[in-house]
Amino acid sequence: MKTSLTCIECPIGCQIEVEVENGKPVSITGYSCPRGKAYAESEVICPRRVVTSTVKATDGTLVPVKTERPVKKSDIFAVMQKINKATVTLPVKIGDIVVENISEDIHLIATGNA
Amino acid sequence: MKNAYDIVIIGGGPAGLAAAIAAYDAGVKDILILEREDRLGGILNQCIHNGFGLTRFKESLSGPEYAARFIDEVEKRAIEVLTQTTVLSLTKDKTVTAINTEYGVFTVQAKAVVLAMGCRERSRGALNVAGSRPAGVYSAGTAQKYVNIKGYLPGKSVVILGSGDIGLIMARRMTLEGAKVHAVCEIMPYSSGLKRNIAQCLDDFDIPLYLNHTITKIEGDKRVTGVVVSKVDENRKPIKGTEMHFDCDTVLFSVGLIPENELTKSAGIDLSPRTRGAVVYQNRETLVDGVFACGNVLQVHDLVDFVSEESELAGVSAAKYVLGEREEKDVIDVVNGKNVSYVIPQKLDKKASGNVKLFFRATGTFRNCVITAKCGDTVLLQRKKQIVVPGEMETLLLAQAKIAAAQGNIEITLEEQA
Repeated sequence: MKTSLTCIECPIGCQIEVEVENGKPVSITGYSCPRGKAYAESEVICPRRVVTSTVKATDGTLVPVKTERPVKKSDIFAVMQKINKATVTLPVKIGDIVVENISEDIHLIATGNA
Repeated sequence: MKNAYDIVIIGGGPAGLAAAIAAYDAGVKDILILEREDRLGGILNQCIHNGFGLTRFKESLSGPEYAARFIDEVEKRAIEVLTQTTVLSLTKDKTVTAINTEYGVFTVQAKAVVLAMGCRERSRGALNVAGSRPAGVYSAGTAQKYVNIKGYLPGKSVVILGSGDIGLIMARRMTLEGAKVHAVCEIMPYSSGLKRNIAQCLDDFDIPLYLNHTITKIEGDKRVTGVVVSKVDENRKPIKGTEMHFDCDTVLFSVGLIPENELTKSAGIDLSPRTRGAVVYQNRETLVDGVFACGNVLQVHDLVDFVSEESELAGVSAAKYVLGEREEKDVIDVVNGKNVSYVIPQKLDKKASGNVKLFFRATGTFRNCVITAKCGDTVLLQRKKQIVVPGEMETLLLAQAKIAAAQGNIEITLEEQA
């Protein structure tokens, strides 16, 4: 089966064609860098996305956060539910863990200093 | 705060930060950054999504992370910053008048000024959409600020007009926060947003994109209750009988950005009608000596990485100006030729050192085309490109020797090959 993907790794947005047999990619064309090839491989097996959002801080302001690695696409809304229940104690620095293992073994980390 | 500085930078977003660091490192340490928000970082603070910095840092950063890398550098150099300070006016002799709650109205005298005010969103008013004026109509960036900075969801049932990147990003953001985004309507036959944002912001969440469609009516009295969306013909006029109705409580406009040049105008600095930014030389100096412009206030960039690069050039140029490295210029114009909507810089100083990267945009989508820089009948440079679209800035690197040898203006053209 042939699948057509738009790569989301960089602003170029290469159109990648993937030939899938028995759930595995057997041929990948159209990518122009290793990131694109890796994205296409992952996308046809188990699509993943980095989730970015905000978490309420103890003083009522918002701290921007992201999953440190892409989480399963099917898990995005479960991750959002956990994010919306979480709070973070200030001060916080970029890279600090805000929620441990928010999906599988992937942490939610702060992306802003506050 | 003092009443005179070597360089005053207006705006503490990505452009102002990069310009300040570069100017400092080029040898001018007496710098003041004026920022109207309560912190540095500019629009990056509300752009919490990732995807910034791949060109510059070879990794995907969120907006605040990208900003923090520059803010850290500014702090390391102890460059002076005034936040919550709005600049009211600028004069040709580089007197900056500003206001804040600490000093009231005050003036600072600069030897050089860097304009780094960024841009503003086009509003509903600029588009003349019919209907009453209910609550629930926002520009996409305003909605982004509400959601990401203030923590309010501006609505639960949304239609977005315009498929620029901010609109696409907000379609995903509102969806993640529990809103239903019914549609993104784009009057053009193509989206001006990045392909990856169509994929990861719309397709991932099954949000339909209606190309060649626009909102023809906003309904509602106190609050938006719905919109009428119509298909448009090739002249972008709505076609009768194609109307679709969406119930919604919120309409977001993502219909383009306009460089914020009120201060530039107040100083009597020449603006280009094409870019709505200042006319500049290759070192990003405006037509007023010692006033430089960079980032989105000069031209609306596709990527912040390019804003940083341009602003470093402006910062270094401002430092050189302060250090007295200036000579009489020998000026030629860069002319927008066939199918080219604008070129930055608009002016070239033939005596200036260094190769020049020209930035330009096409007036439409062209395939299998040739980009040419020529002076009279002499072709200086030619480059082939498979596809050129207005949404993506193109570049052309002109060698210094070719500029120095030019016997007149240089014209940039874009032509499709037969």
